[in-house]
Amino acid sequence: MKTDVLVIGAGAVGTAITRELTKYRLNVICVDKREDVGGDCSKSNSAIIHTGYDAKPGTLESQLVVAANPRYDQLTEDLDIPFERVGAILPAITDEQFEQLPAIKEKAVKNRVYDVEYLSKEQILEMEPNLNPEVKGGLYIPRESIIDPFIFVVAMAENAVANGAKFMLNTEVTGIRMEGDKVVGAETTNGYIEADYIINAAGLFCDDIAAMVGKNDYYVNPRKGQFYILDKNTGCKVNHIVLPIPTKVTKGKLMCPTIHGNMLVGPTAEDLTDKYDKSTNVEGLDSIRADVQKLIPGVILSDTITQYSGLRPNRNPEGLNIDTYDDVKHYVNLSGVRSTGLTNSVSIGTYVASLLKEMGLEMVWNENFISKRKGVVRFKELSKEEQHELIKKNPLYGNIVCRCETITEGQIVDAIHSPIPATTVDAVKRRLRAGMGRCQGGFCGPKVIEILARELGVSADEIRKGNSKSYMVCGKVK
Amino acid sequence: MYEIKCNVCVVGGGPAGLAAAVAAKKEGAEKVLIVERDESLGGILQQCIHPGFGLKLFNEELTGPEYFGRFIDEAEKAGVETLLGSMVLEVSENLVTCINSEYGVCEISADAVVLAMGCRERTRANIVIPGTRPAGVYTAGTAQRLMNRQNEMVGKKVVILGSGDIGMIMARRLTLEGAKVEAVVEIMDFLAGLTRNRVQCLDDFGIPLLLSHTVVDIKGNDRVEGVVIAEVDEKKKPIESTKKFIECDTLLLSVGLIPENELTNNAGIKISPVTKGPEVNQFMQTSIPSVFACGNVVHVNDLVDNVSAESATAGKNAALFAAGKLEKKDAIKVEAGENVRYVCPQNVVPCDGKVDLYFRVMKPNKNVKITVCDGENVLFSRKAIKVNPGEMEKATVAVDGISALTVAVKEV
Repeated sequence: MKTDVLVIGAGAVGTAITRELTKYRLNVICVDKREDVGGDCSKSNSAIIHTGYDAKPGTLESQLVVAANPRYDQLTEDLDIPFERVGAILPAITDEQFEQLPAIKEKAVKNRVYDVEYLSKEQILEMEPNLNPEVKGGLYIPRESIIDPFIFVVAMAENAVANGAKFMLNTEVTGIRMEGDKVVGAETTNGYIEADYIINAAGLFCDDIAAMVGKNDYYVNPRKGQFYILDKNTGCKVNHIVLPIPTKVTKGKLMCPTIHGNMLVGPTAEDLTDKYDKSTNVEGLDSIRADVQKLIPGVILSDTITQYSGLRPNRNPEGLNIDTYDDVKHYVNLSGVRSTGLTNSVSIGTYVASLLKEMGLEMVWNENFISKRKGVVRFKELSKEEQHELIKKNPLYGNIVCRCETITEGQIVDAIHSPIPATTVDAVKRRLRAGMGRCQGGFCGPKVIEILARELGVSADEIRKGNSKSYMVCGKVK
Repeated sequence: MYEIKCNVCVVGGGPAGLAAAVAAKKEGAEKVLIVERDESLGGILQQCIHPGFGLKLFNEELTGPEYFGRFIDEAEKAGVETLLGSMVLEVSENLVTCINSEYGVCEISADAVVLAMGCRERTRANIVIPGTRPAGVYTAGTAQRLMNRQNEMVGKKVVILGSGDIGMIMARRLTLEGAKVEAVVEIMDFLAGLTRNRVQCLDDFGIPLLLSHTVVDIKGNDRVEGVVIAEVDEKKKPIESTKKFIECDTLLLSVGLIPENELTNNAGIKISPVTKGPEVNQFMQTSIPSVFACGNVVHVNDLVDNVSAESATAGKNAALFAAGKLEKKDAIKVEAGENVRYVCPQNVVPCDGKVDLYFRVMKPNKNVKITVCDGENVLFSRKAIKVNPGEMEKATVAVDGISALTVAVKEV
């Protein structure tokens, strides 16, 4: 197999780069060792599109995130991605925190985020009635936004496919071949891929890929973040992203609405060595309770419908780095793309394209580039008339499979046969939310297995939750 | 949009909905329509292929399908109509909106509505079990559906958390199908389900029941590889030194049921914070007079026989309401006294005749006296050798002229 550019990693960053490159007349292949796009970090995070108000001024990360934020209105409209500019509130609960506000605002200005405003105690309590009444005042960051991180990546990937890119999943890179000082291709579990240019967007595993070209000047130390998701009906909600004033150690634990109306509470920050440890633990979950109660005293964590953890691909030494090397030509290495990664994935795409051009790749504009993508219909959001019409056209939309989130069989079948097919229970869940509601798949789970097996033409014991070892059932009842 | 008119619309075609519809029809309602999301009637009993149903009502031991089969026969004879494969999305005073593959969006106007949606299972997340999130963690009812309706085996080496009835029944079912059930683990120091299920499903198969134990960690990134269990102290905190790893590929959860009240909530009907179901009076009437409710959507029952009885009351009164024959009268609130977690119905309208009060105790006790009082006046009194939160109690009282009602369970 032969390609102009090989992107390693189909998380938000790898997918955004792949999509960006399809704006040029290039062959692009994106590989990922997982069974679905969406990576690791890109699917377990706080689902916030940041402004960059609190980045370290002057850094590449600051430039990328500040440039990325304004692009989301158009991008999410073009790609049919749920997105909302809910805004963030940074309340100062103590006098000490109150004194920090001017410095935070000044830092925002240094980052060229000019729309951060002070809020009085009265204003802040009017905007967030459930906030700690001892609040002294705070800051409002209007463009901090929320997104559906799963659909975001799927949408970019599907749009890239529509523009000619190829995604190879279940494909792990095991080695990178060089000729002289130049990369020429990658060995994968799916055969050798000859590539003029290679981009390492492997996130948590980017140090393993870097080592394949002899670059061992950093390593990834995963930093776990645990979260609670609360029921849409919880009695104590917030309207904005409510962020604590950061300390030297951590940005702290937040509470915010998700794009689908749940409440998200967390995360913790725990340094690990195991890149596969995505377990939750009592200590972490209890610490969320203690910290978030300082902001929102009435938070009802017993209304939780799930808890999860994600791993930030923290780089040591720290910092977002996009590197090219004189001794490893035709290769771009991305590392330390952490909390702001979901946001700045799109500007990283643009940035990496310019690096490739500098390196000598011929970049001719693809005038046939299709910028729009339509996702699977969101049945629940339609009017009754629209729902009625849809069912008349295809009766599968009249069969509700997930009662908590009102997901129809028609949508599941559509997702299974979409450009980036949903072939696992989790892939269906991430695209459609079947199994993400309050019963957590208790009702729809068996039906999703049945539909997947039918549509993929396999038996139920071949259906997986996620990767190849995660079987759901183990054969027929005797 | 497809429009239907009926006198009584019953949401849910499980045992509650079937009994309500039959009773409504018998009371003279002309058009009674059951709206059911499944392709067939019977609700959760369709997957309950074990015997043990009907002892109270029919004096016979029936399987789930045999039990609801009798109601389907009655419903057919009585002329109850059904709309299957139809998920109800919205209920209001006199309108039920549902979705059906053939008809599209259907709007059903009804003089009275009966809610009979049953309940759902509490999940792993509800009780916050830490650990990884692999495949192989199922609620007992989901596993039961996979095995009994879809013919799929969920696992080979199983730990069950919670000693609820479905959990114990699944322990036996899995064993009969060749799986090894390592243990049933229960955090409380008493059984959650019925004693007869412990005897018939665990003891008879040599499956260990570990009381005052819980699952503290789930291991395995892809499929469950094992769980860590531990004994708990009086405050239900796991005792570190008792932690023990059990290798297994499946964890089943039987940790409680929650009445399924999304529709009820959205309709603005008053919900009891204790039962999580709508508050009802002895006519099974909710805070919206034209809407009645029955079965597990009101409160979680342990015997379907009780569900059928209570649902017949709901159906009958819905028919009376539809015909304009159910008078509106003020109700008094039933108080849950000593060692009583809740009483259903929550409200009673003083009138001629007797009312069945169903209730559960907070904690197990022995040699107790159950009383129902109107102030100082004892309306009902009965001794019981033992009471258990897992087994619902009943007291039947005359409610003519009463001014208050308190149910209490006191040690003798």
